[in-house]
Amino acid sequence: MGINFKEATGVHADALHLRAERTRVLASNIANENTPGFQAKDIDFAASMAQLRSQDEGGLSLISDSDPLYRVPFHPSTDGNTVEIGVEQAAFSQNATDFQTSLTFINMKLRGLAKAINGQ
Amino acid sequence: MSFKDISQIAGSAMAAQTVRLNTVASNLANADSVSGNENDTYRARKPVFAAVMNEDGAAGSRVQVLDVVQSAEPLRKVYEPDNPMANADGHVFYPNVNQVAEMTDMMSASRAFETNVEVMGRVRGMQQSLLKLGEG
Repeated sequence: MGINFKEATGVHADALHLRAERTRVLASNIANENTPGFQAKDIDFAASMAQLRSQDEGGLSLISDSDPLYRVPFHPSTDGNTVEIGVEQAAFSQNATDFQTSLTFINMKLRGLAKAINGQ
Repeated sequence: MSFKDISQIAGSAMAAQTVRLNTVASNLANADSVSGNENDTYRARKPVFAAVMNEDGAAGSRVQVLDVVQSAEPLRKVYEPDNPMANADGHVFYPNVNQVAEMTDMMSASRAFETNVEVMGRVRGMQQSLLKLGEG
């Protein structure tokens, strides 16, 4: 009986990829905090995840970056910049924590598999 | 994984905020640089930021400093006949530096810089834990 690592890590391998992509989008929002006219963006995580999963089932290994959506600001600013630093920092922090969570799950799975392989 | 891009984005923002801090320092330092000639008087400088779109169309844009422009606000004309820089009418021109605005700008720039340092630190942590995947 072979071990399918892709199947073993489950949803978390895809989640990890999306979390890294989202980190880039959020980092760009934070970097452009003072750029006039900059439109803050974010990835719709649930929709992107569903897309990735459906591709997996179809046997495709292509990973498409789904288009980021524009954020709707709470308080519009005069220079057209829609970055709200508090919102972005909170999203970035949450995203980084979720990344570590997925990583921990994968690690636990791998450790379990290693134990099974070694016959412990 | 695109950790390199993220570091570059945060790095570009840090560079841009450094330019902004530089102009603030220059403005504050020259706030009292008087001149007897309107054209030679120091004028407040401001950087212009712009987002750099990714060439491959992927999400995430860096920041660049397009230009540093001079403020068009009127200079402060003061009658100081004792000033060695005074012109024939006894007037000197003070720079159009708003010191309160410069101070708030300085705080905003240093906070933005720190935020991007945090982003970089956090991304490094993510990358390191990814490298440790499967250990122990």
